[in-house]
Amino acid sequence: MKPRSKRLVLLGGAVALLVGAVALVLTAFQQNLVFFHTPTEVAEGKAPTGRAFRIGGLVEQGSIKRAADGLTVQFAITDTAKVIPVTYKGSLPDLFSEGKGAVVQGTMGPDGQFKASEVLAKHDENYMPPEAQHAVDEAQKTAKTVKQ
Amino acid sequence: MQWESWSAFWDMGGFAAFVWGSYGVTALLVVGELILVMRRRRDTVRRLLRLRRATAAGVNGRRAFEEIVE
Amino acid sequence: MIKDMDKPERSKSLLRFAAPQMFYPLAGRLAPWFAAAAVIFVGIGIWLGFFVAPTDAQQGEVYRVIYIHVAAAWMSMFVYLLMAFWSAVGLVMNTRLSFIMAQALAPTGAMFCFVALWTGALWGKPTWGAYWVWDARLTSQLLLLFLYLGFMALTRAIEDPRRADKAGAIIALVGAINVPIIYFSVKWWNTLHQGASVSLNKAPSMATTMLVGMLVMAIAAWAYTIAITLWRVRSLILERERHTEWVAAELNALEGKV
Repeated sequence: MKPRSKRLVLLGGAVALLVGAVALVLTAFQQNLVFFHTPTEVAEGKAPTGRAFRIGGLVEQGSIKRAADGLTVQFAITDTAKVIPVTYKGSLPDLFSEGKGAVVQGTMGPDGQFKASEVLAKHDENYMPPEAQHAVDEAQKTAKTVKQ
Repeated sequence: MQWESWSAFWDMGGFAAFVWGSYGVTALLVVGELILVMRRRRDTVRRLLRLRRATAAGVNGRRAFEEIVE
Repeated sequence: MIKDMDKPERSKSLLRFAAPQMFYPLAGRLAPWFAAAAVIFVGIGIWLGFFVAPTDAQQGEVYRVIYIHVAAAWMSMFVYLLMAFWSAVGLVMNTRLSFIMAQALAPTGAMFCFVALWTGALWGKPTWGAYWVWDARLTSQLLLLFLYLGFMALTRAIEDPRRADKAGAIIALVGAINVPIIYFSVKWWNTLHQGASVSLNKAPSMATTMLVGMLVMAIAAWAYTIAITLWRVRSLILERERHTEWVAAELNALEGKV
């Protein structure tokens, strides 16, 4: 390649990258700056209707029910204020469990059931060995009983 | 020590592909970057030396030419 | 006064190293030390991360990706800010070496940015259940990679070094806005990516051995970046200063050795 055409290609590449970057920000960010809505927002009608969106929160304790087919799962997602029931068919991530964070993508059915097409686990920023986690859990249990 | 055996270490609790895939690719990129930087140094010095030789030959050639003309 | 002006190289100020001629040998002397430090710290960091630090209660062994992921992600942001800093210095003070520094930093920053994205994908699949999601943290980090590649392509594309310097400096400065966006994205918006485990205004939410391992790896990344940037700066300086007498003398010394 001649030096001049090489320069043109590089310059074109640079411009394309920058245009791509700006387009990325404008489109992806506009839709996904808010990656998920909370159950409260959904209950208040702030979530988009007519297209797929995401709800994020905690999987409610004791809410996971597996259907006989072994694939369909029902659970509820909550931000402790509102609760949204979810149905999902497919495999779940390893970290998905009751009391832990999750983000579900899908559409709201007319019956108020959220039909999820994708379930992601959201973990927190705490890193600790299992023994420490156990100690924390025990301490929280004791704190709860004391409160009651 | 966190591991019962070396095979437990390499297995990474079943996450071997994810853990070693991360460390392996990072190591390759770091080594690759080092090689590129060393090569760039060598290429730059070689090119500048060639450039100088060419220029020197040009000047000498011209002197020779002028001597011939005179 | 005149005597001083005759011998500017005698100046005691550190600013004398702003002259490429002075910085070139200094970079050559310093780089091996930083490279050695990087090797030592990587060794300590890997040992701490794999053999001293316990497993994680939530995620199991896969969390050990953190020792490169966080160091690389931090480095990719720091390096971009450094590029913006040198670009600003270059534009204001009109010092050649500043622009060269910015350009020498870019490939290493881009490398770390890619490593952060790559290790993040391999970490996301087993924990979140997805290699990639378009949340604010991941998207702004991808944008950072594009900014690095755009900077590199642009500064290489423009023939005239002065114009290339200026054009690159503008991208570096404008793009720097993205760095705080990346950093605070997990606070400002709902993201799948979790919040910071280590920050200035709260106690770290990690077991101590894990935290120390992570910080040692971050120091290793710093040392590596400094070493490789100094080596890259030397090539860039030779290239830019090839018409000067001191480069001619340096080339005499290198003749037959390379």
